[in-house]
Amino acid sequence: MLEVLEVIFNGLSTGAVLLISSLGLAIVFGLMGVINLAHGELIMLGAYTTFLVQNVCKAFGSPWKESYIFFALILAFIVGAIAGLILERGVIRYLYGRPLETLLATWGVSLILQQFVRTVNWVLVIGIAIFCLLFFGGLWVLNRLPNFQQIRKWVITVMLPLSIGIAAVTGGFLSQTYKLAVTKPWFGAQGVAVTAPKWLFGGLNIGTLTLPYVRLFIIALTIACIIALYLFFQRTSWGLRIRAVTQNRSMSACLGIPTQKVDALTFALGSGLAGVAGVAISLLGSVAPNTGQNYIVNTFMVVVVGGVGKLVGSIVAALAIGTIDYIIASKALLPLVAASKPLTDLVEFFGSTDMAKVMVFALIIVFLQIKPGGLFPEKGRTVDA
Amino acid sequence: MGDEVLPKSRGMKPQQKRLLIEIAVVTAIALIVILFVPPMLVDLGQASRVNQLGRFLALAIVALGIDLIWGYTGLLSLGHGILFALGGYAIGMYLKLQIPPNASIQLPEFMSLYDVKELPGFWKPFYSFPFTLAAVVLLPTLLGGLLGYLVFRNRIKGVYFSILTQAATIVFFNFFNGQQGFFNGTNGLTDFKTINLGRWGTCIQSFYPSIKSWNINSWRLVVAPVCWISKEDINSEQTQFIFYTLTVLFLVAAYALCRWLTSGRFGRLLVAIRDDEPRVRFSGYNPTTFKVVVFAISAGLAGIAGALYTVQTGLISPKAMDIAFSIEMVIWVAVGGRASLSGAVLGAVLVNFAKSFLSEQFAATWLFFQGGLFLLVVLVLPDGLVGWLRSQPIQQIKTFIGIRPQVATYPRIEEDPEIQRERENLES
Amino acid sequence: MDNFEDTKPVATVSTIGEKIVETENLTVSFDGFKALNHLDFSMDVGELRVVIGPNGAGKTTFLDAITGKVQPTEGQVRFKGRNTKRLAEHQIARLGIGRKFQTPRVFLNLTPRENLELACNPKKNIVGTLFRRSNSSDRRRVISLLETVGLTAKADLPAALLSHGEKQRLEIGMLVAQSPDLLLVDEPVAGLTDEETQNVGDLLLALAESHSILVIEHDMEFVRQIARKVTVLHEGTVLCEGDFEEVQTDPRVIEVYLGKQEETEA
Repeated sequence: MLEVLEVIFNGLSTGAVLLISSLGLAIVFGLMGVINLAHGELIMLGAYTTFLVQNVCKAFGSPWKESYIFFALILAFIVGAIAGLILERGVIRYLYGRPLETLLATWGVSLILQQFVRTVNWVLVIGIAIFCLLFFGGLWVLNRLPNFQQIRKWVITVMLPLSIGIAAVTGGFLSQTYKLAVTKPWFGAQGVAVTAPKWLFGGLNIGTLTLPYVRLFIIALTIACIIALYLFFQRTSWGLRIRAVTQNRSMSACLGIPTQKVDALTFALGSGLAGVAGVAISLLGSVAPNTGQNYIVNTFMVVVVGGVGKLVGSIVAALAIGTIDYIIASKALLPLVAASKPLTDLVEFFGSTDMAKVMVFALIIVFLQIKPGGLFPEKGRTVDA
Repeated sequence: MGDEVLPKSRGMKPQQKRLLIEIAVVTAIALIVILFVPPMLVDLGQASRVNQLGRFLALAIVALGIDLIWGYTGLLSLGHGILFALGGYAIGMYLKLQIPPNASIQLPEFMSLYDVKELPGFWKPFYSFPFTLAAVVLLPTLLGGLLGYLVFRNRIKGVYFSILTQAATIVFFNFFNGQQGFFNGTNGLTDFKTINLGRWGTCIQSFYPSIKSWNINSWRLVVAPVCWISKEDINSEQTQFIFYTLTVLFLVAAYALCRWLTSGRFGRLLVAIRDDEPRVRFSGYNPTTFKVVVFAISAGLAGIAGALYTVQTGLISPKAMDIAFSIEMVIWVAVGGRASLSGAVLGAVLVNFAKSFLSEQFAATWLFFQGGLFLLVVLVLPDGLVGWLRSQPIQQIKTFIGIRPQVATYPRIEEDPEIQRERENLES
Repeated sequence: MDNFEDTKPVATVSTIGEKIVETENLTVSFDGFKALNHLDFSMDVGELRVVIGPNGAGKTTFLDAITGKVQPTEGQVRFKGRNTKRLAEHQIARLGIGRKFQTPRVFLNLTPRENLELACNPKKNIVGTLFRRSNSSDRRRVISLLETVGLTAKADLPAALLSHGEKQRLEIGMLVAQSPDLLLVDEPVAGLTDEETQNVGDLLLALAESHSILVIEHDMEFVRQIARKVTVLHEGTVLCEGDFEEVQTDPRVIEVYLGKQEETEA
């Protein structure tokens, strides 16, 4: 009995991690048909935000030190949402209707984000700030000129190298004057560790079984996110608008729903959720610039198996994949097949974290032979004939 | 009026002429790359670039395959690294089995590290050279065909296909990483020593002394093909040059194959599938078979490329199945220009040289460049370099600076042949 | 239901040869919503049939079911006496059913000539597509088709540059190029001017000499121009069937369909 409970709990907790990291992706994909390959990096940003918040709170002492996780959740959501908003406004909105190109562009963004976290230091931050101030500030000022549209190209051609130049020179000057103090990377390429607050140490004991509080916290967090999303979609006017655009984009536009704003909002929401997922993931192990990469493919599989446009699909898919993955990796089936030698060998062969992924992928391919549209496919007449 | 259409039969002639010109140009480039580029680079003191160029030309073969499925058919595979690596592993296994007969353990050396006592069954066929050659092409082709069939049969397409191939990459990466006893895990197959072709070797060995006495400086490299097998050392200059030559020849062959596939009715059907797959279906074609076939061909090309790349780097490891590497392949094609074969080759060579230069210069920030390249190509140059060159770049630069082209009338009317004809009728 | 198809016994094998397409008890349901509801329909060889019906009557689903895009939940479709169940779209197309879509669907990056060449290729498997060279009779056929649809002058421009009407005509040309026995035409005159409508009507009437054609249409003027026999679909079943005047005067039709139209016209 306890063994079954253990399997259920561990499967559930693996599934919860999967689910929380794929929620944002599922929403964005459902609404816009955009697969965001930088989603993993948004998760990573969330995790690094947690690290920063933890360090700041440590400096403040006791009550803050134990409750940093809640500030981290809020801040990670904001950081993720802002990063997502910039990504949507700066890149993705030019690529709607070209999903494959979006894939490549977001991959480029993910590379940049990874490298950014590795190299970020004061020089870089100040340089970027100066550039943004000069370039976008300049554009904003010049935008008031009556003939701005005519000279726009000229302005950009002149302003872009100029702002980059000034930013680079300032950066060079700073690093010359202050040396290591400003050129030392904040995080570096190595992983950083987030320690869970004290009250998450240990676990709940049921007989001989221990349910770690961290895992329980992640499960609770996931449930909270789902409830919040449900309420947002069902009870708020923006939720209604998002649902409307998911169903029929052009009709919604005709009814006066600002689809561009809805897109931006949805993308920010999805990215914010990625940030929250980052908090959860930072509790599970050390955080490195390539942390996001480890989660990204699994989250895609959740979306593929779950089907488009239904949250419940993602939930079921994440839990199913998580449980199956855990069962295979932990060789939980071993007692059941002990009688048969070849089956035991099979279970042993796939009984590791790496090999379990192989098996899960094979199962997903088999599953797609039966239900190509995922668990909850879009129903009714499809528009494309 | 009918006259305008009928010249189809007469029109064949310029078409043939163009084909002849293309053949001439490709042959000329191939000869230059084989005969003149290596001695030139050696004379410039850049001997290591020859090997680099050879490897990048091998990568250009994958790029051709990717162009075939992505540029023409619209299937974005993010998993060609697997197929590439399979070709590499096939030839790597053969090379690892070239164990001197007097060695105490007749096993690839890494196996003893993992306590493997007996050669695993699936390694055995790789003693045979013909089998290996077949495996290099057929293993990836069959895997590609199978994966393609399982996916396309259910009409899974677009991003779904892309992320499934990406997931496959991870899966194979894990598999090869995890099986240390079979494939030496993370380290992969490396440290290749000799290549043994039996009778052929001794046959050519008799020629070797006379050739060796020629000794004409860098041209020695050109003569080397004849004496390679006698040397049998896979890392010798001569053998490497053979591989270089083979790579160029295979690239030309791959180019010719892709050219043939894409120029005729088959190629137009691929474009049709990309544009409107259901319509193709209702026209009586089965797009699934076409997609599976074209994906399998592309996979086979990736396998060949992997084998050629492996013999030139002397290493094949699960790193070739890294997600990043597979996506990079796509960007070579994107930079060169989609749906343009020369673009794919050009893109592969250019991007890789840029990568090696930049990562030598700015090791830390290379990823910024690469990420920027992805964004740039997608947002600014969606048709790649070749596409940009085709679309009158000078004109574009002029318009950008503000010099507008002079148009006599509304441009669309200018282009409309019906209006042209009307005008001619009026004038006559 | 006084629909005479209902009472027809199933086993009238002798007549099967004369029917180009017939459906029997055809039901297609999406999640319980029955887009087609026990539909019995049949059409003779060489007939030009117009199917009309209000929005949501199941007209497009009806075409989907014939062409194999959706599988019948119940019942069957027989084409030239052959049950098409479990055949894929391309197999059904090769049997001799050509379909024109509501919005013109041509291959935009190919020229009209290439579009037509693809459609009239007689060997549509891999080998045929790769190795079969188009001979002079193929080319002549393409040229005459280009002339029929009036696109000779634009034969070598990318189809993306054609106008809406030209694309419509090109698609009809592609349909004919497939040399099907049955043409399914979905709203061929939507978005066309009166003159173009007249042209398309003439084209269809000319084609009807040698093909069986099933047309779905909303435009009653157009229906009057081409119709010989009209079938009215309503809520997934045949409401009534007959020539144009008969249908027009049928009270049930007036109620569900023409009635509304008269109101709006008034």
